[in-house]
Amino acid sequence: MASADVTAVPATRTVEPEQYTGPRAKRRNNSLTWGIVGWVVGIVFFFPVLWMVLTSFKTEAEAYTNTPHIVFSPTLSQYKAVFSSGLWPYVANSAFATIVSTILVLLLATPCAFALSLRPVKKTRDVMFFFISTKMLPVVAAIIPIYIAARDLHLLDNIFTLVILYTAMNLPIAVWMMRSFFLEVPGELLEAAEMDGAPLRRTVVEVILPIVAPGLAATALICSIFSWNEFFFAVNLTATQAATVPVFLVGFISSEGLYFAQLCAAATVATLPVVLAGWIAQRQLVRGLSFGAIK
Amino acid sequence: MTAIAPPVAGTHRVRARSDERRRGWVRRAPLLPALVFTIIITQLPFVVTLYYSLESWSLVRPGSRHFVGFANYAQVFQDSQFRTTALNTVIMTVGTVFIAMVLGVLLALLLDRKFLGRGVVRTLLITPFLIMPVAAALLWKTTLFDPTFGIVNFIFRPFGIGKFDWIGSFPLGSVMIEMIWQWTPFMMLLVLAGLQSQPKDTLEAASCDGARPFAIFRELTLPHLRRYIELGVVLGAIYVVNDFDAVYMMTQGGPGISSANLPFYIYQRAFLGFQVGQAAAMGVVVVVATIIIATFALRLIFTSFSGTEQAA
Repeated sequence: MASADVTAVPATRTVEPEQYTGPRAKRRNNSLTWGIVGWVVGIVFFFPVLWMVLTSFKTEAEAYTNTPHIVFSPTLSQYKAVFSSGLWPYVANSAFATIVSTILVLLLATPCAFALSLRPVKKTRDVMFFFISTKMLPVVAAIIPIYIAARDLHLLDNIFTLVILYTAMNLPIAVWMMRSFFLEVPGELLEAAEMDGAPLRRTVVEVILPIVAPGLAATALICSIFSWNEFFFAVNLTATQAATVPVFLVGFISSEGLYFAQLCAAATVATLPVVLAGWIAQRQLVRGLSFGAIK
Repeated sequence: MTAIAPPVAGTHRVRARSDERRRGWVRRAPLLPALVFTIIITQLPFVVTLYYSLESWSLVRPGSRHFVGFANYAQVFQDSQFRTTALNTVIMTVGTVFIAMVLGVLLALLLDRKFLGRGVVRTLLITPFLIMPVAAALLWKTTLFDPTFGIVNFIFRPFGIGKFDWIGSFPLGSVMIEMIWQWTPFMMLLVLAGLQSQPKDTLEAASCDGARPFAIFRELTLPHLRRYIELGVVLGAIYVVNDFDAVYMMTQGGPGISSANLPFYIYQRAFLGFQVGQAAAMGVVVVVATIIIATFALRLIFTSFSGTEQAA
């Protein structure tokens, strides 16, 4: 389709005067200019994050100045304060909900995605669209029955409630992603295994799983990010026992204007796991965020 | 089911059919756990919401629960606050997604060029998207937008802005700035993937033919990017329209309801006003509107993607 458009562009073969002054020098200059623009834009976008990390190493007095201090003697006291004010249970809850729900998601999504990748029939599409349509429905419309059910079942403020909800929240993404990985497994491999008379179970474990292992890792990463950052269910369904890290940060709204540095330390701790994971797995990020539509 | 076997079926044929049916179940069985789980956890609550929406029920007054039919819906459509928050939701979603996409395309074009440290810049640029939304909102509310100690006012001080209260003056705009900051990297990543999948030889051919860079962009790159942009817009909109974290952390919907969106407003009705029936009716209205808008958009886009996958 693209090649047809080329002819639409008027083909002017006039020689540009710059070509005589050396195209290579021009290209180098260009690259330098774009490099500077790129770095400036990158730093502007990153600046709020940088500022958060810098502020987290300040004392509160240094954080509250009209003219911000770029140079200061860093202190770890804010981090100590955050952890001694009871951040650990929140981190433990977040980690538990994230890890357990991600394992459950993979256990449920992998067979499902495999089945959906085998023979594309019309029903396959219906199932796929059903899964993704659940992502589009506003959770706020489901929270009331969920809250009342959890209350009646004595599951309020219980970490397993979050585990179940996070599993349901991430399952559609995982099915879409995993299916896109299964589709990349060459069909001949399956046929060859079938010809050898290997049972399907062994084929899956010994032939297919090793191929899609990177896909499993990418899926796990995406699901973990969403679970770790989830706030709406956590703030509505937990109180003291099962509250997660985002809920811990809510405490800082009320004490506004008093603890900038400590708030930044808490925010840094809360965001660090996901930022590191995202940096390491940049390529997989695109695929996961597009539900496997973009390779 | 077995009653509708074709009359001409011989014995071996019947066996083949039942064999096939068994194989069909073997193929379907792996689907079921995920499917059943998803239906129970995500669909059942909506059915219950539908039921609640026909009741008048205050959580704080036991025994107040009774059937009222469509009275809640009548109230929802007369509620001017519901209309305001619906409008806020539209402004917030359209504005955030549009601006984030424009910036995302520009940044992706920038990153598609070769320059020193491009990988590092790319890493810096995706970071806002990785920040926990609650933390990001808190960060903007305090260290960046604070009238006295915020860095934004410090930066604008040479322009005579002084102690400007950004969130107080532009609550909706401030929330949108925070969300645009978080979503631009998402758009950039998708568009960049599109740019890098563009066949290089066509571009070179066009440039050899003397096509100007802007013409190449308009005639070749933009049509190629269309699917990626559409995908980014739809996925971004799904998340932004449901955003709760930024509104909750930055403004609590205030002042008044000037920056409340539908998720926050319904949450307020249910958990601060304890009006289960009304909140449920609002939820149903939102779900119906979402389904109408989303079905078209989603089918269009994912069909176009899977279509080209097979062609390639």
